[in-house]
Amino acid sequence: MNKLLVYLKDYKKETILGPLFKLLEASFELFVPLVVASMIDVGIKTGDTGYIVRMCLLLVALGVIGLVCSITAQYFAAKAAVGFVKKIRHALFSHIQSLSYTELDTLGSSTMITRMTSDVNQVQNGTNLTLRLLLRSPFVVFGAMVMAFTIDWQAAMVFVVTIPLLCVVVFGIMLVSIPLYRKVQARLDRLLGITRENLTGVRVLRAFCKEDEEIAEFETRNEALTSVQKFVGRISALMNPVTYIIINLAVVVLIWTGALRVEAGILTQGMVIALYNYMSQILAELVKMANLIINITKAAACGNRIQAVFEIASSQEQASASPEKRKDAPEVEFRGVSLRYKGAGEDSLSGLSFSAMPGETVGVIGGTGSGKTSLVSLIPRFYDTADGAVLVQGADVRDYPLAELRSLIGVVPQKAVLFHGTVRDNLKWGNPDATDDELWDALACAQAREVVEGKKGGLDFVIEQAGRNLSGGQRQRLTIARALVRRPRILILDDSSSALDFATDAALRKALRALPYQPTVFVVSQRASSIQYADRIVVLDDGEAVGIGTHEELLESCAVYQEIYNSQFRKEDA
Amino acid sequence: MENNPYVQREALRKVLSRLKKYRVLIALSILFAAVTVGLTLYVPVLVGDAIDRIVGPGQVDFVSVGAILVQIAVIVGATALLQWLMNTINNKITFQVVRDVRSEAFRKLQILPLKYLDAHSHGEIVSRVIADVDQFADGLLMGFTQLFTGALTILGTLVFMLSIHAGITLVVVLLTPISLFVASFIARRTYAMFKLQSETRGKQTALIDEMIGNQKVVQAFSHEDESLEQFDEINEQLEKCSLRATFFSSITNPATRFVNSLVYAGVGITGSLVAIAGAISVGDLTCLLSYANQYTKPFNEISGVVTELQNALACAGRIFELIDEEPQIPEKENAAVLTDVRGNVSLTGVEFSYDPKRPLIRDFNLTVKPGQRVAIVGPTGCGKTTVINLLMRFYDVQEGAIRVEGEDIRDVTRRSLRSGYGMVLQETWLKAGTIRENILMGRPDATEEEMIAAAKASHAHGFIRRLPQGYDTVISEDGGSLSQGQKQLLCIARVMLCRPPMLILDEATSSIDTRTELKVQEAFARLMQGRTSFIVAHRLSTIREADVILVMRDGNIVEQGNHESLLEKGGFYAELYNSQFAH
Repeated sequence: MNKLLVYLKDYKKETILGPLFKLLEASFELFVPLVVASMIDVGIKTGDTGYIVRMCLLLVALGVIGLVCSITAQYFAAKAAVGFVKKIRHALFSHIQSLSYTELDTLGSSTMITRMTSDVNQVQNGTNLTLRLLLRSPFVVFGAMVMAFTIDWQAAMVFVVTIPLLCVVVFGIMLVSIPLYRKVQARLDRLLGITRENLTGVRVLRAFCKEDEEIAEFETRNEALTSVQKFVGRISALMNPVTYIIINLAVVVLIWTGALRVEAGILTQGMVIALYNYMSQILAELVKMANLIINITKAAACGNRIQAVFEIASSQEQASASPEKRKDAPEVEFRGVSLRYKGAGEDSLSGLSFSAMPGETVGVIGGTGSGKTSLVSLIPRFYDTADGAVLVQGADVRDYPLAELRSLIGVVPQKAVLFHGTVRDNLKWGNPDATDDELWDALACAQAREVVEGKKGGLDFVIEQAGRNLSGGQRQRLTIARALVRRPRILILDDSSSALDFATDAALRKALRALPYQPTVFVVSQRASSIQYADRIVVLDDGEAVGIGTHEELLESCAVYQEIYNSQFRKEDA
Repeated sequence: MENNPYVQREALRKVLSRLKKYRVLIALSILFAAVTVGLTLYVPVLVGDAIDRIVGPGQVDFVSVGAILVQIAVIVGATALLQWLMNTINNKITFQVVRDVRSEAFRKLQILPLKYLDAHSHGEIVSRVIADVDQFADGLLMGFTQLFTGALTILGTLVFMLSIHAGITLVVVLLTPISLFVASFIARRTYAMFKLQSETRGKQTALIDEMIGNQKVVQAFSHEDESLEQFDEINEQLEKCSLRATFFSSITNPATRFVNSLVYAGVGITGSLVAIAGAISVGDLTCLLSYANQYTKPFNEISGVVTELQNALACAGRIFELIDEEPQIPEKENAAVLTDVRGNVSLTGVEFSYDPKRPLIRDFNLTVKPGQRVAIVGPTGCGKTTVINLLMRFYDVQEGAIRVEGEDIRDVTRRSLRSGYGMVLQETWLKAGTIRENILMGRPDATEEEMIAAAKASHAHGFIRRLPQGYDTVISEDGGSLSQGQKQLLCIARVMLCRPPMLILDEATSSIDTRTELKVQEAFARLMQGRTSFIVAHRLSTIREADVILVMRDGNIVEQGNHESLLEKGGFYAELYNSQFAH
């Protein structure tokens, strides 16, 4: 949490002034019992009406000053908390964008989203409350004690005993019950798990006639939850009664001491009342403080989680200057490449070597988990190799600044992701300076021209979040167009025609071949028909290239390729 | 819906009906609350009395003061004890009611028709059973503990104050509403700000969702700067509206505190003047001041409780909506138990649709003899699962009848019908638990040997043995570390163990690698031997070897026949066959 505090430094003024005004307010509040005491001792005793009126006006004045101070404090606290969190959000977003795929995989997007939303909101609330109350409550508690001392040290001893006792009870009960509440949450989560499981598996459960068993299991878990809830309820129900007893017994002792001191002529009646009032102030503030501490702990936990994200640094270093390229080199070359994902026990790719000359088409085929996507994701350096090197235009991808390397490459990912915005906005991701004509060219090549023409507004058609208002095939074609808008030297199609019918797939392949700038194309597919006509086919099995060659060569020599091909084209040998 | 008073009243009525069995405890709770409040309010009076006996040197009545203090100590002890008992009782009632409601909801889930479950998002149903019930519990508990005590405190304070001095009471009663007025004024004014804040937050979350969720694409296109710019724009907006909402709402506390201090000063001045006139003592004044200090608290609490309760009732409304949902058609009283199922299935004149406006299956007839295979084919999303839904009686036919061994399936028990089938669906669903529990799901009493034999027959034994704890390996709900293919093999083993006379299979294995797929195919083949099978078919060999092929399109069965006859017909099947399997 503490490292996040740098984001507070632009709000130094607010973070100091907020609590300060709060303290001012609290100190004015501490004067109230004294005013009342003198009202009784002087005003009522002497029957001086004017004095009483003056004292009451003083009370009102104290109230007004308190109000002004505290509103000022609230403003500074809110400003600091909101601004602090804004800066954290900005930095966090920017930081996440700087992470490489490896870190993104480890973190997981749902975690990152929670950090950026609910965790950050918790931090905001926590900061706000801390600035407002953290100093105020202890100040009032100890201030009340100090004021008691100024009245009479002997009576004040009651405070000295009571305050620690109350602290022990309030914080003790909280310390005991907080872990129990966590247990409640854990049991509730189990219940949630069963419920969700029952919904997703409803067909299977009913097919196996498991309804009664499921009810029995649910009820056992439900009972377990209820019993721990009741247990923790009994403990936290102690808080009010016990503090009530302590405070009131303290009042009893205080009045008795007061009686003795009044008899001795050291205290007046009004002073006893003032002491009594101070005692009443303590309890309310202690309870507030306890709640505040819970909130702070929560916010600190969220803050720590956020900080943990900041502490993850990108595992990739990037070059600052453009590398030297070789004209005659292959467009892409793999030299003894191995890839091992972080935390994985085995290599996902091992000992891979092949090259693709400019304008060539490379097909990559293999079963699920054979490493097809891993292979192509090495070209834009989404991951770093464990061994060997990937070269683009003769230069190691690690020697490129990432932005330069990636600007050479058009990627069409497996999952057709589009963003909220117009078709034009989405296509311009490929190249912000593209003209409409260029966009239409790309659309035509991606077989998406009719799709966009058929939408109201054409390029201005607004795509909803996640492309909900488009079909899978339409999305896929638009993502292809997006990559083409860039006029990439290297085009990577990662299983990107899976949602296209055969005819469209064929037309797309033909159009790609006819592109004037002749990109080097990598086609990843599970369908033999999609890669059959490639200049070179890489057959992957369990991370290893078990065959590299043309369709005909592989059909002759590669067992895995034959297996795949035959399972899809069995008709031909029937 | 949530603010509809009728719905709220209904919900309230239902909550009350569930509280009925706790009426003794509730009565006790109310009694304790009344006594506690009375005693709590009496303590300041006693303190005032004691102070009146400590006037000055030589004017201290130690005997009376001592007696009063002992009295206070006893009363405080009793109050605390009652308070604890009351809290404990309230906890007990709340948590037990919640347990009952949750249980009721879960039981309902088990008998709700699939039609309901398919039409509602699972997340939503889960949140009703878990989150809504939880919220409802909080509201109920708060309602119990604070509504009563709050109301009683207000009433009691008034009575006690009146008993001391009517005029001063009037001052308090007249001034307090200002505090409430101020609080509600601020709440009304800030409502719009909070709404704006949550809308802006929503917008920002959507953007985060998009850009962070798809961060890989963002990076692939080096779009980081643009997306940060977009983010910052919303971030600035959020800062502005967040500041407004936070600041203006945080004025409430200081403002009401200020009003309280006005009340305090008001009591101070009137009280002092009255005291000078001799109508009340200094002790009475102390007592009145401490009442004045606390008087607004229950009002604030109650207004908090009222919103909380409204919220709780809205939650309760959602839960009861689920609980009161129409259950599946109950079984007939004389429903027969299907025995000796050999695999004769017939469908006569079946009509079915999910939506009355869009008829799907019309006049569908089919007779299947034991051991026959029926392949269901069609493009994705054509409604192949509809047939499964009808055969398993997850949905009921609207016209016609489905018969198994000549018995209308609506005349037999669901249990006996469903245990006649073995079902392996495309979405491989495993229960959180051990592998063993999962395989034994259909036959918990099977022996270890039988289980292993079933696992071997389904090619699952090999990989299970290699798992860290073998058959006792615990898997999470989504199968955790198991691959899609391995999960499918487990589902097959689960059915293999039951040896049902009829099968329903979904072949879709697109996400399985070729090697595992071969194993799954073999396991399927072994499973189908001699059994009547309905297969959602994806593989050419399955389709060609089927005795009957049902060709579906847009939910309808458009053609029916065997491979040769259908190809000859040159209809939709021929078209499909040529586009998918030939080039």
